[in-house]
Amino acid sequence: MTSLPASTPFISPRARPVRVRLRAVFEWLMESALFLVTGLSVITTLAIIVILVHETWKFFTMRGADGQLLVPVKDFLTDSMWSPLLSNPPRFGVASLVSGTLLVTAIAAAFALPLGLLTAVYLSEYAPRRVRSLLKSLLEILAGIPTVVYGFFALTFITPNLLQPISGSFGTHSAMSAGIAVGIMILPIVSSLAEDALRAVPQSLRDGSLALGSTKAETILRVVIPAALSGIVASFLLAITRAIGETMIVALAAGGGVAQLTVDPAAQVQTMTAYMVQVFLGDAPAGGVEYQSSYAVAFTLFAFTFVMTWIGALILRRYREVYE
Amino acid sequence: MTQPAESAPPERRDSSAVLPVAASAMPPVGAAAPTPPAAVAMRRFSAWYGRHQVLQAIDLDIPERQVCAFIGPSGCGKSTLLRWVNRMNDSIVGARADGTLTLHGSDLLGRTVDVVALRRRVGMVFQKPNPFPKSIKENVVFGAKLHYRLARADLDEIVEKALRAAALWDEVKDRLGSPALGLSGGQQQRLCIARALAVDPEVLLMDEPCSALDPRSTASIEALIRQLRTNYTIVIVTHNMQQASRISDTTAFFFEGRLVENSATDLLFTSPTQKQTEDYVSGRFG
Repeated sequence: MTSLPASTPFISPRARPVRVRLRAVFEWLMESALFLVTGLSVITTLAIIVILVHETWKFFTMRGADGQLLVPVKDFLTDSMWSPLLSNPPRFGVASLVSGTLLVTAIAAAFALPLGLLTAVYLSEYAPRRVRSLLKSLLEILAGIPTVVYGFFALTFITPNLLQPISGSFGTHSAMSAGIAVGIMILPIVSSLAEDALRAVPQSLRDGSLALGSTKAETILRVVIPAALSGIVASFLLAITRAIGETMIVALAAGGGVAQLTVDPAAQVQTMTAYMVQVFLGDAPAGGVEYQSSYAVAFTLFAFTFVMTWIGALILRRYREVYE
Repeated sequence: MTQPAESAPPERRDSSAVLPVAASAMPPVGAAAPTPPAAVAMRRFSAWYGRHQVLQAIDLDIPERQVCAFIGPSGCGKSTLLRWVNRMNDSIVGARADGTLTLHGSDLLGRTVDVVALRRRVGMVFQKPNPFPKSIKENVVFGAKLHYRLARADLDEIVEKALRAAALWDEVKDRLGSPALGLSGGQQQRLCIARALAVDPEVLLMDEPCSALDPRSTASIEALIRQLRTNYTIVIVTHNMQQASRISDTTAFFFEGRLVENSATDLLFTSPTQKQTEDYVSGRFG
């Protein structure tokens, strides 16, 4: 290639052009590397799902000495009792674990969703800038506390100082105590995501409402919150998903090793996650039916969180308001 | 319904030496013409954002049931002035004003003014159409439902009247329940006008209502403004001088926070008395 005519006075005629081939190679390398890295996370997710399905399949096809299925799927879904270690023969009715999880989650949600939304409204619409940044950093600290600390907190503060003075029916462990602690844990998720949703509502909508003679509270209730609803609901679903999957708090505070089908908040319950902790901490011999059952429970848990995430995505897509 | 803003006695503010005014900034042009009574009046009206003074001693009467255009280069204070008339500046930290600003003789600046009642009497249309993410019908009745308890039939009547007044009824009458955000930009802006009209305001403030619209939508809004002036006092801020000359009865030219000239629109555009006005309206500004 001959040298280009010096058509501009800006570039010295002695400057050597960058090799075009090298730039193309770099582009190709860049794209391939990024694709590989992205593919890695997809493959990891898929691998986890495959292992879950495979091990769950093994659990449901285990046969005893008499050749009978040890745990038919029907028993797993319909039996009301979960007692893999203590009863003979062991009982595997997952409903008891599911009810434990849902009870704790419902208590946490009843506590955290309204409080989180109110906090978000205050932060987004009322708080002066300095108060807002102070409160936000406090909430971030709350979000950074390890969940085992919440578990201690439930056992050593919530139960003896809040619950037991109210009612004598609360023992050391209860769904209520764990639920409140999980609620405190997911509060920052709700408040921070809901606040993002509220602040994303354009100021022009607030102005339009105020200019029609509505008060600030009317503007928030009739315009801002409805406009941010999809984001608020998404924050709720994400928080609930976190509560369903929460492990450490419930393992410490919700109950010992006793799973029961109940809606009593003062009762001891075992959640799906707490059961898995129990199994893998060594209560059950590897390869046995109890050990294997934790995969089936994990798969059930995965099904729950997957559905929640899916509903969240649907709501976001269906109700998203598009602003320029 | 009581109207506290009207019944409240005109509050005297600290610089209450309001009248007569040494009308230094106001040339005597147009003073001779028989003007209708002023709907909105300002005397030595000044405004600040923090320490920055945006408006300096404005003396201006906005005649009733006419269209008054505010023109001037960006940053001259015309939008700020408009936003003081319905106190939209209240939500801006550090915004304050001095002097007098009255609506049919009653003070608008005092602490005791009921801003909610004031905004029912002084509606506003914004630069960018800002319909709520609700149905067309819900948008129109939003203000009315805030202020009155209304039966379903009343609401339906308000919807039709307001949409007809905003020249939008024929285009949307078959889909009142569909989302307002599905309308075109020009339709959205007419919906915002309908929404403002639905609370029976006396004054309509319009802050560059056509600047986000294409020429055809602009033409329909302009035609609408000309119709509306028979019933409403309209104040419109515009960057478009042709628009000001097409639709307004009087024009006020602002420059660097001062009112340079205010007179009948044809007079201001054909024979301005001030050099600055002449330079601006002839496009020789600089």
